[in-house]
Amino acid sequence: MSTLDTVKLTSAQIAWRAAQDIEDGAYVNLGIGFPEMVARFQVAGRRAIYHTENGLLDFGQAPAAGQEDWDLINAGKRAVTLNPGASFFHHADSFAMVRGGHLDVAILGAYQVAQSGDLANWSTGPGGVPAVGGAMDLVHGAKRVAVITEHTTKKGEPKLVEHCTLPLTGVACVTRVYTSLAVIDIDAGRFVLREKLAALSLDDLQSLTGAPLHIDTPLQDLNVPEL
Amino acid sequence: MDKTRDSLAAAVADIRDGMTVMIGGFGGAGSPIELIHALIDHGARDLTVINNNAGTGHAGLAALIEQGRVRKMICSFPRSANAEVFNAAYLAGQIELELVPQGTLAERIRAGGAGIPAFYTPTGYGTDLAKGKPQHDFDGRMYVLERWLKADIALIKAEEADQHGNLTYRMAARNFAPLMAMAAAHTIVQASRIVPLGAINPEHVITPGIFVNAVVAVPNPAQEEVLTREQVVYP
Repeated sequence: MSTLDTVKLTSAQIAWRAAQDIEDGAYVNLGIGFPEMVARFQVAGRRAIYHTENGLLDFGQAPAAGQEDWDLINAGKRAVTLNPGASFFHHADSFAMVRGGHLDVAILGAYQVAQSGDLANWSTGPGGVPAVGGAMDLVHGAKRVAVITEHTTKKGEPKLVEHCTLPLTGVACVTRVYTSLAVIDIDAGRFVLREKLAALSLDDLQSLTGAPLHIDTPLQDLNVPEL
Repeated sequence: MDKTRDSLAAAVADIRDGMTVMIGGFGGAGSPIELIHALIDHGARDLTVINNNAGTGHAGLAALIEQGRVRKMICSFPRSANAEVFNAAYLAGQIELELVPQGTLAERIRAGGAGIPAFYTPTGYGTDLAKGKPQHDFDGRMYVLERWLKADIALIKAEEADQHGNLTYRMAARNFAPLMAMAAAHTIVQASRIVPLGAINPEHVITPGIFVNAVVAVPNPAQEEVLTREQVVYP
């Protein structure tokens, strides 16, 4: 599929699409790394409040170089700033917000997502130094758990699969996946295709997906601006 | 009653080989660098250390590990940027690791401080980190039984402290510190400022002094990120 690289969304475009579904007033946790990019595309006129595991609600952009305060960081250990209305709290309160179901949305990266909603995003298997952070808590706490990811691995293997082969982060937890090719919901143990790039045929998309794609509603084009 | 101590060395004098030590901080924010360095100077070994991470660079917690004082780490995210010291020790089989999801780590510590020996959480259900742990259905959903975590010692970085050990923290440096202060038999605090009794508005006390045993003043404390960037090696 040599044309895939020319039609697929950039990381910024995937993040933009995910940002369109964040409502005004939502409390949101963005996973470290790629998901943090979603905050850049907050829809005009909406104000989301971002939570970070290390005890801070309503943080803003990174400070200018040289202006970092290393007591003011996010879960990715990057320096951030405070928005008016920010608050600090200890780690047990922070994870009460998570596990207690108080967050509206968590957006995470993925190695694999299964049609059951199982997520694998913390370990590529034995070897190396393992690390889990807050991912296993986040997937069982937020009201909506979404994933943003490339549709396939760098080798072209499907990341959306029948069953995860990598160690699980959580069972039946993901409800929507934003990929470089499509927007797919997980409903009753099935991948339900909601939007796909117009340049890509359904057969091509299915061939890049490791489990059947179902269509319950009229299929929409995945339209994202150049960014 | 006066919990203040004259020196870092005096504050850590009672730490013994083989103890379990909780160390506050998330990354560098809240890491009590001066207390950790005092612990290195003191010489205690065979320690079990509980922290969210496992240190960066060659100062603070990374230095404690590099000096071979830590037998076991209990943490959620050892694999940070610049965590070469832990990584090398772990891959060489020189240090044990108990990996705990971050919210479960926080709640286990809180439970330890609150006298709650175990609790059920959805976190980790169906994953490798729940293997061997009891599980139970509540209202149609599965949960994993997790045990409390307690410690002999907690090392904490605070912003303000008074003679009774009432504490405030600075921004996101708070993180695990209030929980660890509760969960340790003996909590040792370094504070940027020691203020007179009554100077901290009781409405603003974050850790009440009942959870604190010793306080030592460390004005202008070091920051792990800066030490790592400047490639500082301790000792």
